[in-house]
Parts: sequence; C-alpha cells; structure tokens
Amino acid sequence: MSAVIPRLQMKGICKSFPGVQALCDVGFDAEAGQIHALAGENGAGKSTLMKILTGALRKDAGEILLQGQPASVDSPRRAQLLGISMVQQELTLIPYLTVGQNIFLGREPGWHLPGVVDQKRLYEQARAELDKLGISVDARALVADLSLAQRQMVEVAKALSQKAQVIALDEPTSSLTERETETLFGLMRALKAQGVTLIFISHRLEELFEVADVVTVLRDGQGVGTARVQDVTPADVVRMMVGRELGDMYPKASTPGSEVVLRAQGLRRGKDLRGVDLELRRGEVLGLAGLVGAGRTFVARALFGADPVESGEIWLEGRPVRMRSPEEAIRRGIGFVPEDRKSQALFLALAVRINLAIRQLQRVSHFGLLDFSALDRLAGSYVQRLGIRTPSLLQRVRNLSGGNQQKVVIARWLTIQPKVLILDEPTRGIDVGTKAEIHALIDELAKQGVAILMISSELPEILGISDRVLVMHEGQVVAEFARGQATQDAIMHAATGGGNRVS
Amino acid sequence: MSANHLSRALEWVRRLSVLLILLALCLLFAALSNRFVTPANLLTVALQTSIVALVGIGLTFTLVGGGIDLSVGSVVALTGALSAGLAVRTGLGTYPAILAALAVGSALGAVSGLLVVRGNIPPFVATLAMLAIARGLALVYTQGRPIAGLDDAFKFWGTGTLGPIPMPVVVLAVVAASAHFLLTRTRLGLHIYAVGGNEETARLAGIRTRWVKLTVYVVSGFIASVTGVIMTARLWSAQPNIGTGMELDAITAAVLGGTSLFGGVGGIGGTIVGAFIIGVLSNGLNLVGVPSYNQQVIKGLVFIVAVLLDFFLKRRR
Repeated sequence: MSAVIPRLQMKGICKSFPGVQALCDVGFDAEAGQIHALAGENGAGKSTLMKILTGALRKDAGEILLQGQPASVDSPRRAQLLGISMVQQELTLIPYLTVGQNIFLGREPGWHLPGVVDQKRLYEQARAELDKLGISVDARALVADLSLAQRQMVEVAKALSQKAQVIALDEPTSSLTERETETLFGLMRALKAQGVTLIFISHRLEELFEVADVVTVLRDGQGVGTARVQDVTPADVVRMMVGRELGDMYPKASTPGSEVVLRAQGLRRGKDLRGVDLELRRGEVLGLAGLVGAGRTFVARALFGADPVESGEIWLEGRPVRMRSPEEAIRRGIGFVPEDRKSQALFLALAVRINLAIRQLQRVSHFGLLDFSALDRLAGSYVQRLGIRTPSLLQRVRNLSGGNQQKVVIARWLTIQPKVLILDEPTRGIDVGTKAEIHALIDELAKQGVAILMISSELPEILGISDRVLVMHEGQVVAEFARGQATQDAIMHAATGGGNRVS
Repeated sequence: MSANHLSRALEWVRRLSVLLILLALCLLFAALSNRFVTPANLLTVALQTSIVALVGIGLTFTLVGGGIDLSVGSVVALTGALSAGLAVRTGLGTYPAILAALAVGSALGAVSGLLVVRGNIPPFVATLAMLAIARGLALVYTQGRPIAGLDDAFKFWGTGTLGPIPMPVVVLAVVAASAHFLLTRTRLGLHIYAVGGNEETARLAGIRTRWVKLTVYVVSGFIASVTGVIMTARLWSAQPNIGTGMELDAITAAVLGGTSLFGGVGGIGGTIVGAFIIGVLSNGLNLVGVPSYNQQVIKGLVFIVAVLLDFFLKRRR
C-alpha cells in the first residue's frame, strides 16, 4: 500500500456549523484512475466533505493531500487551479447565459483585446465538450430554455471541461433518465481509464455498485469504513450506513376500503392535462407512474387547487366540489407534499415548530397571540411520532437533513387530519433509512383510512407500496394495474407510449 | 417543452410589444397634436430621451448584476455642479474639470458598491443613503444656486452637433454601444449576468463576485456623471435640483426594456427602447397639455405596468 502515493488524501477533516458537528475526523484515500464512492444517509456529511474538497466550504481541522503534498484548498478558484472540480448536486447554471457561456464561466477564452471573450472559440470549444459527452444540446441555447435533464448534462460537461484530475460528482444522476445515466457512467469509466480520480455520491446503491471501485461510508459525520466494492454486498453497505439491520423497505399491511373519497373526471388544461379521470378510495395507496413531464404533477396540483383547470369535475366524498385554491383544498381535508420541498414546502429560515404547525397557528393562539408552549406541545408530539431528528424545535428547518425535512412536511399535513394526502416524489433525494420510515408511515396512514395518491419515478417504490397503479403519458392516464398485476416492464411500456413501440 | 416554446414566444411578443407600444404612442401623439411630428420637436424628444437612456444604461448594469442604484439622479446633480464649478470657479480648465467630475461620479459609485459588498448592506439601502448624501453635497457645493458662465467647449457637449446629430445623442450612442459590448462580449459582462443570475454558482465557478458587484456600481456612477456633464452643458449652467426622481424614469426604462428587477436578465437595446417610450410619453403629454403634476401619476402607473409585465413573465418561466 505504501508504495503508491494516492492521488488524493483527506485526513482528519472536521467541520461544524452552528449547533451541528457536520464532520468529525473523516478521511479517505483515492487513487488515480479510481471511482471512489461516498455512501451515507442524508446528513451523514458527504456533501459537506465534497464542498470542503472543492473549496466551497472551509474545514475546521484536518488536511488535504494531493500526490502526497499538502494542498490548501481555500476557495473554489484555488480548487480549480489544483485540478479539482465538482458537479453540483443542485442545478447551478446561470439561466440567462448560454450553454457555452455556462460551461466556460469564469474561464472564458480570451480574444486579442484583454477582457474580451472570443465568442467563436468559446462556442467551438463548448461544442467539442458537448460532443465528447454525446449531449445534443445547442451550445448557443439559453439555459433557461433547457429541460432539467439537459441542464444536468450541461453541468457535467462544465465540470469535465475543466481538465480536472479529481472530479467530485454529487448526485449527478438524480434527474437523469436511465439512458442519460448510462451515458454518464460510460463517460466516467472513460475518464477513469485516463487516470482521473472520480468521487461519486449517489443515493442509489445499484448505481454505486455498477460504477464504483471503492466505497467509503459515512454515518453521522464520521467515517464508518472503506471497502472495495467487489468485497461487499449492498446489504453490507446499508448496514454500515444506518448502523443497524434495515427493516422491510416496502412494508405493506394496509388494505383499501371500498368507499371512493376523491373522484376526478375529465381534468383538462392544454397539453398538460388531456382529460384525466381517477378514483381514490379510503385507505388506498394509489401510485401514479409515468415519465417526467407526463403530467403527473399537474394532476396533483389540479386536485389541490394549486393550478386552475380549463374543465373537469371533482367529487369529494360524493359531493361535487371546486378546488379554486390550495386554501380551499386544505379546508376540505386534502394535503399535498410537493416534489421540491425546499422551494415549495418549507420556510427554510424558520424553526421546525413553525414549519410543522403552520396550519395550526390559530389553534395554538389565544386572541391572536401565539401560545408558544401549546405550539411546542403540538409540534413536539409530531416530532416524536414521526421520529424527526432535530436538535430542538427551534432549529431552522434549513439545517435538517433532506429526510427529516420531508418528515416535517408530512407532519404538517398530519396536523389537519387529512382525508386525502397527495405525495409528489415523497422520497426523492432521501437516504434509504428514512425512505423505509416514510414508506412505513404511508402504510400506517393508509391503515388509518387516509386516501393516498403517490407520484413516484421509482418503480420499486410504486410497485412496493401501491394498491393500484395508474400510468400517465402525455397528459393522459393510459394504463391501470391492480397490485400484483403491475410489473416494471408493463409500467414502462405504458409510460413510453404503449403498444406501438414495444416488440 | 411546450412551456418553453410558450415562454419563448411570449418573450418575442413582449420584445415586439415594447416597440409596438412606442409606435402606438407616437401615432397617438401625432394624432392629438400637430406639433408632435416636427423636426424641432423630434429633436427635443431625442435630447430628452438621451438623458433617460444614459442613466437607464447605468441602471441596467446594476439591475442585471442583481442590485439597484437609486442614487443616480443625485449623482447627476452633484457631478454636474462639480464640473461647472471646477471649470468656472477654479480656472482648472473645462476638460480637467469634466474629468474630475467623472472621477468623482465613479468614486461615489465605488462607495455605494463597497457598502454593498463589504458592508453587506442591501443595494437599495446603500444607494438610498447615497441619494441623500449626493443631493446634499450638490446643494452644499452650489449653495442652492445655479452655476453659470460655462465656456463654449463645455456647452458644445450639450448643444453642439456632430454633422446633424446633437452631441448628447452622439454620447448616448457611444455609451450604449460600449455598454452593449461590455455586457455581451466581455468576461466582465458575462460575469455580471452570472452574479445577478445566481451568485452562489458564480462564486463556485471561481468568479470574484464582490469585485463584479463593485464594478457595476462604479459603472453606474460613471454613467451618471457623464449624464451630469451633458445636462449641465445643455442647460448652460449647473442646477442643484436637476435629476430629482430620475431614478424612477431610468428604472422604468430598463424594466420596460426587459431587464428584470431580480437580476440576471436584461440588455441595453431594450433599455433604449424603454427610454424612448418615456421620452415620447412625457413630451407628448406636455404637447397635449397634461399638467406636470398629473404626469407624475401617469409615470408611476407606467412603472407599475412595466413591473407587472416583468413579474408575469417571471412566473411563466
């Protein structure tokens, strides 16, 4: 081992944020030509560790060695100069610059006059970078006009164009299709063959086992261990991540009732919704599958009154209703967990107790004045019931891990005793441990009689906990499967446009 | 995808619609007043517009960079007064006096910029303070009285012509072309869009965001001082009260032209069209005989419409 000096060593890294020890004495070695995965639940410290590596955050203690030499990575610029670049977890492109301008942001090729950008060269080079990845995006297109997946690919192209020797990829596949993911993996393998060191973070263990050589597992800000991927099983890694045996990933004890709670007929709005019918029964988990952009979220938002529809009717417990606003839907007992919790569900700068009890502030007030002890009793009971891990009820929700943030959102809806709960990608970007807990919670709610509509892009999740599955394609429901009849193939077949495309 | 096409189409409709609004206004005033389409009046419109457009260009920089500069009107007054005072009272000579005024305008911008990037003061707060300070300094320096007695070289910049074109319009053309080039073709320009679009990304891309933000205010201060000199030359004297309320005209021009109040979006071409709308509007309202008090109300309404349009498009995205 000592004969080869690793390309990158991180040793004894510590970092704390106000109230949270994010990393404590964490380290790993990564060699040239290696894909080194970081695994761990949300909040384990993977992203923090990568931000320290790439200069976006400063460490409190520890050292970073490149080829055995201490390197001081104190700014993103410095990291770039040292050959370290990063593909961000969150999309970070500038919307009103072009693809090419984004790829070379901060490194624009100069023209004869100092400070002036050579447009021609910029777009030629951008074109070349995109071609290398097989990305069919116009280098002169505005990023604002691209789809999410296209932006993610541009993000990857941007990091790769920096000729880095160490590239950190933080959840690069979270919004990519399978085919795009394969393209990305092919590219990662090619870079590895060229001797580049890749640090790869993914929540999808399958991906990690498909592409990584070595995995380092973090738990609660500490290193649990490093192993060669061929020497361990996914179950081993999960055990290391959660520190215990994981229960059933898809618990299912509930059975649907017969009473239809929510019925929608002929929901229409332009190309988004082209006549959607659905029925949701008491205690039922109805899975809504389909490709991104098939209109699943539009259905959810229409049922919740978040967007107007051109036509269509909705019945709640047999009575025709109009959902003109979320406020109206909530009053009728409908809750909605949106897909992007940070921008659509949470008040990031506010305390856990406020986020959780926002629908119940009147109940914990006297003559318009908040009774904080009543507020804390209410919020505290849900924190306990859902096992939300937070240092206190006063903690800003921003500082919670993704899984715990999601639990806060779900808890908010539980405070209204919902009849119907609509969940849009409830476990996206959430670690396996919390994911299983959320699945168990969904099952528990269904058992109590809550009617649940769950949108998910993860087929195992759809298959695992749905009583019935609807599949959408281009704004319409194109297939329906009962539990047990649905298979991944059948769903994908329907989601991609049905009979005429499959052999 | 359809949403993209829709918003792109909307963007085009809006770009054209701003031109259409301008055209409609011109037709309206031509119909209402036979004095509107006369060479003398069109010249007046061009001169009035060039002032709004210049300051609007400065604001476009600060808005695209994610900030705002409310102090422009006061900086116009202060630098106008300084240029005249230094030229007339000190015997410094016209051009050194003008250069000194430009330097002071840029320096005031730098102070606003430093308050924003070093002091972490919100831009509207920092520049609101600067608005009061610069106006006060202008009044102190002039003792509240006009400074007259400019020489011909100075007056040339306001009332001279290059061929048939009045100098203020020539200056506007030069400033607009350089500003457009700077924003779209230089590293600094792209970085201004980047910082205004997403500051954290810009920082992670290794851009010195503080430097970029500082520059934006310096540019705004510089352009305001150019405007101050031009206005002084046009009036043949420095007036300590000029430029009051100018920031509203300039912001309206920029926002009408598609520059977002939220940063990261915008351009010089749109601002100039926006400035023409405001120029034609105030000229036309004068011709038609709308009292200037009422015009204030109309300007406020136009601003609201421009901002609503911006919000509307923002939401479509």
